[in-house]
Amino acid sequence: MSEYTSKSEEKFQPVQTNKVGGSPYTGVLGWIDNRLPIIRMFRHEYLDFQVPKSLSYFWSFGGILTICLLLLILTGISLGMHYKPDAKYAFESVEKIMRDVNFGWLIRYAHMNLASFFFIAVYLHIFRGLYYGSYKEPRQLMWIIGIVIFFLMMATAFLGYTLPWGQMSYWGATVITNLFSAIPLFGESIVTWLWGDYSVGDAALNRFYVLHWLIAFLIVGVVVFHVIALHIVGSNNPSGIEPKDTRDTVTFAPYTTSKDLVGMLVFLLIFVAVMMYAPNYLGHPDNYIPANPMVTPAHIVPEWYFLPFYAILRSIPDKLMGVVAMVSSIAVLGLLPWLDFSKVRSSVFRPIWKQCVFLFVLNFFVLMYIGGAPAEGIYLLIGRIATAFWFAFFFILAPLVSLVEKPLPMPQSIHEFEDWKKQGKIKVFQFFGK
Amino acid sequence: MSDTKNKDKTTRRDFITTVTATVGAVGVGAAVMPIVSQMNPDSSVKALASIEVDISKVKEGQEITVLWRGKPVFIKRRSKEEIEKAQKVNLKDLKDPEEDKARVKNPEWLVVLGVCTHLGCVPIGGKGDYDGWFCPCHGSHYDTSGRIRLGPAPTNLEIPKYEFVGTDKIKIG
Repeated sequence: MSEYTSKSEEKFQPVQTNKVGGSPYTGVLGWIDNRLPIIRMFRHEYLDFQVPKSLSYFWSFGGILTICLLLLILTGISLGMHYKPDAKYAFESVEKIMRDVNFGWLIRYAHMNLASFFFIAVYLHIFRGLYYGSYKEPRQLMWIIGIVIFFLMMATAFLGYTLPWGQMSYWGATVITNLFSAIPLFGESIVTWLWGDYSVGDAALNRFYVLHWLIAFLIVGVVVFHVIALHIVGSNNPSGIEPKDTRDTVTFAPYTTSKDLVGMLVFLLIFVAVMMYAPNYLGHPDNYIPANPMVTPAHIVPEWYFLPFYAILRSIPDKLMGVVAMVSSIAVLGLLPWLDFSKVRSSVFRPIWKQCVFLFVLNFFVLMYIGGAPAEGIYLLIGRIATAFWFAFFFILAPLVSLVEKPLPMPQSIHEFEDWKKQGKIKVFQFFGK
Repeated sequence: MSDTKNKDKTTRRDFITTVTATVGAVGVGAAVMPIVSQMNPDSSVKALASIEVDISKVKEGQEITVLWRGKPVFIKRRSKEEIEKAQKVNLKDLKDPEEDKARVKNPEWLVVLGVCTHLGCVPIGGKGDYDGWFCPCHGSHYDTSGRIRLGPAPTNLEIPKYEFVGTDKIKIG
């Protein structure tokens, strides 16, 4: 101790471990906020938060997806109170939910269709990002976190689809888990480990149920990262130009919140209409036949939202390479911020890239159609061409267009962009740009 | 206090850190092992190893399907033409070359796992370009010896462990 006391006091840095204080609020709110600063955080990030004023309804899908996720969790918890993850009782318990449980039919149809609408919203959300260059500097990491969320969504959607233990559940589970058998050397042991048996059965169903829950909440966690990143890099906007002063921005509340609420409402109205009038339209009738390990349905297809990737899997005639192609067809999105190195973000000013993006969307629907068609003849050929285009879009078109494209003249700021729009100088959403 | 003076020497803190990290690593390993292992099939599952099947009523050209370890097994009594066809195939035409002789114990009886080696669907008998099996999931064609001829599946239909018990029974497993 003598060592410390002998030296001068100057070499010591002051330390403040008690950071209570600094709240802009008073009273009870202030007392809480001083000790747990979530109230000022909320105000800072959601009330005073500045967003570009040119945001279109395409920017509502983040909020829409949040609502979908919350509703999925709410309906999922309700279903979990009645569902039995046992190969003997699973199918029956789902039928019991449909017939006996109070409002069980509504809750299950809501959960089923929300899963589909979650994918509809996420595909529009991803398209928004592609079209307006939301993946570019400085939003690369946010974009990659989004792709992680998409992978998790696919996993939990697949696991959820196995739970009713119908024919499509069973054979979907068999096919998807067998994807892991493509892994060299360890493939077979990994699949046996995943199943807990020598085929998909009771052991698999039980753990799929647990993992379906786990991944749902993992998604919530990664979404929090996605949003934290968003609040650091800020929202992109249709012009692709960063806001410079208050002429370019509005506050999140009430401008964005009210716009998002309109978007959510319209989206949920469409969802309710489908859920009430065509609840099984997006599903497959074979899943109302109990699982039978002896018979594979004549035409086995995954849920509609997996069809494009399923088509890519089937278009490669080699097992391992098919699986690799399917996984990398999504993972490659993560490279886009570097494969497309054009300095201009928004497709509004990129006449060639804009057409590439529309072709990419068209190709997505072609693959979706092929994924639902039988794996033979002309379908196989179209599937192969479409798969080739998918990868060419990233590895050839993106860098090539970045090099050769001459961007259109751009406004200096977001408020000038808005003026140009009013004067009819630019059209934000048009297939063939001038 | 002794930190600043003995920078190059091994201190008590270094020792404690190393020991803690080592014990910690062993502990993590010991904890992970059962968590991973619990997911593998247990002894009761492994014990369901063998079944006996009566084949006396199967006619020539007929095929029966039985469930073994949760998986279908095809037992096919092949016709003369089918046997001949399977034996005549040039090994160079095969993706996974294997003689028909090596796949049967008695040429009349073909016993294969009814699990497509691509992604595990059950192939349909008597369909496909090679008159054996056709997998409806991703379009793999198998011949009358259960060998892969066309499509994404990498290997021939697997042969389970089996033996003939007397003249009219097969024991699988």
